[in-house]
Amino acid sequence: MKTNDLILQTITKIIIFLILLFSVDIFFAGHYTPGGGFVGGLMTSAALVLLLIAYDIKTVANLFPVNYIYVAATGLLIALVTGISSIIRHKPFLTHAFNKHVHLPLFGETSLHTAALFDLGVYLVVVGVTMTIIQSIGEDK
Amino acid sequence: MSNISVFPIIIPFFTGILLIFFHKHIMIQRIVSVVSLIVSIIISLILIDTIKKTGVQTLNLSNWEAPFGITLVSDMLSALLILTTNIVALCCILYSFQGIDQDRESYFYYSLIQFLLVGVIGAFSTGDIFNLFVFFEVMLMASYVLLVIGGTKVQLRETVKYILVNIISSALFVATVGYLYSVVGTLNIAHISKRLSEVENSGIITVIAVLFLVVFGLKGAIFPLFFWMPGSYYAAPIPILALFGALLTKVGVYSIARTFTLFFSANEYIFTLLSILSLITIVLGVIGSLAYNDIKKIIIYNILTAVGVILYGVAAFTENSLIGSLFYLMHDMVIKTALFLLIGAIFAASGTFHLNKMGGLLNSHPALAWTFFIAAISLAGIPPLSGFIGKLMIIQGGFEKHDYCGSFIVLISSLFVLLSVIKIFIKAFWGTKTKAEKPSIKALLFPSIILVCLSFFMGIFSESIYSYISLAADTLLHPTNYIEAVLKE
Repeated sequence: MKTNDLILQTITKIIIFLILLFSVDIFFAGHYTPGGGFVGGLMTSAALVLLLIAYDIKTVANLFPVNYIYVAATGLLIALVTGISSIIRHKPFLTHAFNKHVHLPLFGETSLHTAALFDLGVYLVVVGVTMTIIQSIGEDK
Repeated sequence: MSNISVFPIIIPFFTGILLIFFHKHIMIQRIVSVVSLIVSIIISLILIDTIKKTGVQTLNLSNWEAPFGITLVSDMLSALLILTTNIVALCCILYSFQGIDQDRESYFYYSLIQFLLVGVIGAFSTGDIFNLFVFFEVMLMASYVLLVIGGTKVQLRETVKYILVNIISSALFVATVGYLYSVVGTLNIAHISKRLSEVENSGIITVIAVLFLVVFGLKGAIFPLFFWMPGSYYAAPIPILALFGALLTKVGVYSIARTFTLFFSANEYIFTLLSILSLITIVLGVIGSLAYNDIKKIIIYNILTAVGVILYGVAAFTENSLIGSLFYLMHDMVIKTALFLLIGAIFAASGTFHLNKMGGLLNSHPALAWTFFIAAISLAGIPPLSGFIGKLMIIQGGFEKHDYCGSFIVLISSLFVLLSVIKIFIKAFWGTKTKAEKPSIKALLFPSIILVCLSFFMGIFSESIYSYISLAADTLLHPTNYIEAVLKE
């Protein structure tokens, strides 16, 4: 029987942006407050899973036409390159660089740290792995 | 401050990631993994040279001072093991070109081998007990997938067992590290060693030592904790089996050698326990290898014997026995891989693993026969070959400790090991031909010939290798060298 999930789909359309925004907020807040790449990544995949529940695998694959295995691999690559970049600067592996006073055009004075890049790697790995697991289990008929 | 000790870990990691992107292009995967392993071998040779010249290499990751950050410590022992690991892995990959099916190859097979190497090499070179746990997990995760890849029925069944055992042992590992942390309040191996020498020899430290023995014994397959190994290893395809047989149990053995000599060297009780358990392991391995008529099973039980012999040398804890153990450890990694790859070639030539169903391979495949013969007598420890020196020095160490019974068991075990492999030689190669056609196995034979040659040269040039191995044994024997190198006092 085909059920009509109009309410679920409409709510999803609104909620999904909130979840995605919250996950990005948690991701960037990680250095000073609870949060970081792992929770951020999990929450982003939670948003994608909500889409999967409300629609189906095909629709979500059309929305985000990426191979999640490659997302995870890209994340690993970013984390590794962050580590290697310190070798090029003749510091021990994984020594992070930071600058407390960077003037960005819109945000004003911010502090930037390469640990955030490492976190981005973690974020992508978590999203990639979670979505790969859920998609490959879900695709079995 | 040089970054050289981190390169053996980074290179396979980077290659593994790269290969994920090319998992459909089998040719690219093969070329990239071979090139990366050759680079790794060159780097580990440079690393060995650096250590020989300037002593133990330490690297404080993220530039944090020693007890506070993670330190990578490459002494001669870990550098030699890294070199052996890379050589063994290269030969397994060369074998895989012919020896494993395309389906497996296109499902991240080469990537997983690289991640397995990350785990193994990381475990060899870390200087932090919790980081050791993490690298154990990296290694185990890759080995779970390598064991199940292909999805045949027997693989699925044995992977369930293997995962169950290893999850339990990993949980125990975490608990043990927790106990240790609550006693000494640090995770850096050198710092733990220093703190433990300050603590009075209380009961809780012996308990922690026994827990470590249980944890690493489960990984390294010593008596009573080896029960998972024969079945699980039997399920894996040949090149994967060769990797497991050469690397996984040896990581457990390495960890026992490292932690016991650094943490518990004053503890008489734990060394006696280790000695007894390793002797029982030898006996059981010998019994197993004589009992079966299946060539895969015979070699798998020989792993058990080798683990026992190596750990007996560690438990005797004299200079000679430690050098002997390290020599035997390296020899065994090389020769076990060669033997596993050779039984793969025998299977390709005769179509069966069962001894009673094969015969007459000497006529159709003489190169295979003589390579196997040399590997077999090298395993048993016949003088010009590499198995001899190690065992000789282990037995010498046993006699120095006046443990005549133990040395005698090690000595006798060689005889039975020889019997078990010569049984394969006689039944598989002599006799009359059972199969009409003569399949070509050149590509399968080639990597094991490299390994057997290597083992031969290890035996011939043992004098020059000896100077490296005695350096490696020196850090085990005198933990202060290790501690000073890490804590910079």
